[in-house]
Amino acid sequence: MTVQILYFAWVREAIGRDGEAVDPPATVRTISDLIAWLAARGGGYGEALADPKRIRAAIDQDFVPHDALIGGAQEIALFPPVTGG
Amino acid sequence: MIRIAVQEADFDTAALMAELEALDGGAVATFTGLVRGEGGLIHLRLDHYPAMTEKALASIADQAMARWPLGGIVIVHRVGALPPGARIVFVGTASKHRAAALESCAFLIDWLKSEAPFWKKERFADGREGWVAPRAGDAAAKARWQG
Repeated sequence: MTVQILYFAWVREAIGRDGEAVDPPATVRTISDLIAWLAARGGGYGEALADPKRIRAAIDQDFVPHDALIGGAQEIALFPPVTGG
Repeated sequence: MIRIAVQEADFDTAALMAELEALDGGAVATFTGLVRGEGGLIHLRLDHYPAMTEKALASIADQAMARWPLGGIVIVHRVGALPPGARIVFVGTASKHRAAALESCAFLIDWLKSEAPFWKKERFADGREGWVAPRAGDAAAKARWQG
């Protein structure tokens, strides 16, 4: 299942890209699984995603918890806690 | 009436208030957030998730509309590089009575801080740069509207 991933703020800076299309294995079912799978790439991914508690996620432009299933997602975003206002 | 805008350009606070006053509600409450120029700050850069930002703000506005009897909501949030003193965000509400206007205005800015995809990066005169972390009080400010 190919899905578009977007990164924002310091997640984007550590990984060194705005986003990418990925094709995770079937065992990657939730946001938590996806974060762990990406972090295992090491380098900037490991740095950005080492502490999942510091990461928030959105599926198709809606905030979701880390146990949300990613099946059927078109676009997944991973980013730090928001600081608008 | 719900009006939401995300833009680089500055906004005219008086004009936005006038839109709310024209709704003939009896009460208008507004909040304007400004860049604090602490510690030699040169600018704050606001990044966002363009495909999601207006959707998230509309969802917050819908929640306020469902909770209070409001005639209108205006939310304008700027993005890009903003110097000290610059306006960042405007939230305004119109209602028949002051309690609904004031409470919903506070609700909107408290929720916006935790539930809209914006991120701030600070740049200082000595060259330091850093992403702003949420304040501990932000989650508590949002939580006071729940339950």
